[in-house]
Amino acid sequence: MTAHDPDHAARSNAPTTTYRYDRFDADFVRERVAEFREQVRRRLDGSLTEEEFRPFRLMNGLYLQLHAYMLRVAIPYGTLTAKQMRKLADIADKWDKGYGHFTTRQNLQYNWPHLVDVPDMLAALAEVDMHAIQTSGNCIRNVTADHFAGVARDEIEDPRPTGEFLRQWSSAHPEFSFLPRKFKIAVTGAAHDRAAVLLHDVGLRVVQNAAGETGYEVIVGGGLGRSPFVGKVLREFLPRADLLSYLEATLRVYNRYGRRDNKYKARIKILVHEKGIEHVRAAVEAEFSAMDRAPFAHNEAEFARIASFFAPPPYEALPKHSAALEQAKRDNASFAIFAATNVAPHKTDGYGIVTVSLKPTGGIPGDATSRQMRALADASEKFGFGELRISHEQNVILPHVKQDDLLALWRFLDAEGLASANAGLITDIISCPGLDYCALATARSIPIAQEISKRFADTERQRDIGKLGIKISGCINACGHHHIGAIGILGLEKKGQESYQITLGGDPTLSANIGEIVGPGVTADQVPDVIEHIVDFYLAQRTAGELFIDTWRRIGHARFKEVLRREGEDGADI
Amino acid sequence: MAPRHPQILLASDLRRGEVVFLGAAGWERDAREAAVATTPEEAVALEARGKADIAANLVVDVYLADVEVDAAGAPAPLHYREKMRTKGPSVRADLGKQAGTEALR
Repeated sequence: MTAHDPDHAARSNAPTTTYRYDRFDADFVRERVAEFREQVRRRLDGSLTEEEFRPFRLMNGLYLQLHAYMLRVAIPYGTLTAKQMRKLADIADKWDKGYGHFTTRQNLQYNWPHLVDVPDMLAALAEVDMHAIQTSGNCIRNVTADHFAGVARDEIEDPRPTGEFLRQWSSAHPEFSFLPRKFKIAVTGAAHDRAAVLLHDVGLRVVQNAAGETGYEVIVGGGLGRSPFVGKVLREFLPRADLLSYLEATLRVYNRYGRRDNKYKARIKILVHEKGIEHVRAAVEAEFSAMDRAPFAHNEAEFARIASFFAPPPYEALPKHSAALEQAKRDNASFAIFAATNVAPHKTDGYGIVTVSLKPTGGIPGDATSRQMRALADASEKFGFGELRISHEQNVILPHVKQDDLLALWRFLDAEGLASANAGLITDIISCPGLDYCALATARSIPIAQEISKRFADTERQRDIGKLGIKISGCINACGHHHIGAIGILGLEKKGQESYQITLGGDPTLSANIGEIVGPGVTADQVPDVIEHIVDFYLAQRTAGELFIDTWRRIGHARFKEVLRREGEDGADI
Repeated sequence: MAPRHPQILLASDLRRGEVVFLGAAGWERDAREAAVATTPEEAVALEARGKADIAANLVVDVYLADVEVDAAGAPAPLHYREKMRTKGPSVRADLGKQAGTEALR
C-alpha cells in the first residue's frame, strides 16, 4: 500500500532528474511547517519551555549555535535542481546573511536565522520540495548517496531511488523518532565508494548476486565521532524486496538494545562493537524472521514510480571524445588543468562530470554566497539539464556537461570565482565550521584549512602531490571526518588553548581505515609546517605514481611518526 | 570565598539567537556593558536574574563566564570560546558583533 498517487510519475521529457513531490509529499511537508509555526508561537508566548521546545526545533533542523540559531536544510541524496538552488540563495538573502555552508552530510546550513523567521524559511523551502525535517535529533537523518549517482561509469544502479525510498520510509517514522541516538544511512550503487558507506550507521551498496539479481550489501556499525569504527557486513546480499523489512528489523534491534544510559555509547556502532557483529546479526535475523513484514512488503510499482524521476536526461548522441575539448586544452593551459583535475568520466559518451570546488585559495570550505548559488543554478541550466549535486566533500557537482561545453562552462565559473582546479587535491580540504560557528567545538577548524590552502596554493605543486585528502574537525564529534582523512586534523582544547592532533592513514573508501595519531598536539600556527613536513617526506618516499595513502601503507606509520619526531628535535618546533 | 576571577552572565536571545550579556538594566549586546560579579553572592544574583529571564521567555542558554576587567571597568572573557562569542566568527570580520550593531527587530 502507498499513500502516494501512483500516477504521479516523471514525464519522459521532464527537465530534471530528481524526485518531485506529489500531493501526499507536499501536504506532509506543509503540515510540518504549520505544526512548527505553531510550536514557535507557543514557545514565544511561553506556553512551551525551552526544554519542551528543544526536541521540536531539533526535529526541524534548528540548532542554537555559538552566535545565533542555525538551520540545517536537507538535500536528500545530495541532489538539487536549479530552482531549488535559487531558492536556497533567496532564503540566504531574505532571512540570513547572503550565504550558506554546504556540509559533509550533503546538507546546507544557514548560520544566522532568527527563530521568529524560521517557519517562513521552512515554508519557502516547501515551495521547492525541500525541508529541514530530521536533519537533527535522535532519528534517521538525511539519507546520503554517491554524488556521482546516475552518471558514474562504474555504477551498477543509481542509488538515489533507494535513497528517496528510504527518505519516505524514515520520515516521521513513529517507531524511530526517539532512537538512542542519531542514525545515518548512506547508499552507493558504484564499484568505487564515494559515499563512505563503511563509516555510517548503515551503509548500503547496490550489488548483484550470482543470479544477476540486484540487491544490497548491508553494512552496519560504522561511524566517526569520539569512537570511530569501520562498519561490518550485516548481510552480504539482501534482495530489494526485503529492504524496508530488513532495515526495520535492524532499527528495532538498535532501538531495543542500543544504550540509552550514556549518550557517548548510544550509537549502533557501540552496540556492534560491544556485542559483536554475529550477535547483532543473529538478533536482526531473528527479528526479521519473527516480525510481521506485511506493512513493509515491497511495492515494486512504487519503487518504479520513484525511480522514474531519476531517469537519465535526454543526452545527445555524441562521440566519445570531443575534438573541441582537445583543442581547447591545447589552447588554454589553465583550462587544461581544470579539465584534468575537476572533470570525471561520464557514463555517456561525449559528457563529463564537473566538480565545482568550493575551496578557493584561503577560502572557507563549503561556503557559497547567494550570488554563487545563483551562478551555479544558471550554469546547471545552461550546461547540464538544470541539475546539481552536493558532495560530502563540500563541493558542487554539475553531473551532465557536454565535453564540447566544458571550456564555456570553465569561463563562466572562472568569472564567478568558482573555477578552482583542485578537486581531490591537497587544498580540497573538508572542514567542519568549528569554533567559528559551532557551540560544541573545542577549537577552530576553518582558519587551519585556510592556512593550509594558502601554503599549498601553487597549482603545479598540488598536482605534483596528487590526490590527498585533508580533513579537519573542530571537536571529537568529527563532523569534518578527520578520522578518514589521509591527513586528519582534530582541534581540541589543551590547557586553555586550541591544540591540534594530527592523524595519518585515514581512508573513506571500501578499503576504509581510521587514521593513526602521529604525535603530540601542536598549535594552530604550527599545523601548516607539520603538514608540509609530512608531505615532503611522502614526496621523498613515494614510488612513481604512488598515492599518499599507499605510501603510508607501504612504509608504515612509524616511519612518518619518526621523521616528524626528528624534525621536532631538529628545532622545527613541532 | 571570592571567585577566582570576576564573572559575567551570558545568554542567547530567544527570538534572535544573538549572544547577550546581562547588564545593570537588562540584556546588552556588547560584553563591555555587562554587569561584573566579583563575589559569589554577586554571581548568584546574576544567575537569579538570568533564571527569571529564562522564565520570562527572553533568553536561553544562560551561564557565567570568567572575565578580566580593564582599567575602564569593561569586562572581557578569559576563555577563547567566550571571546569568540563577544565578536563573531574569526574568519568573517564582516559578520557578528565585530561587524557593528544592527537594529533590533
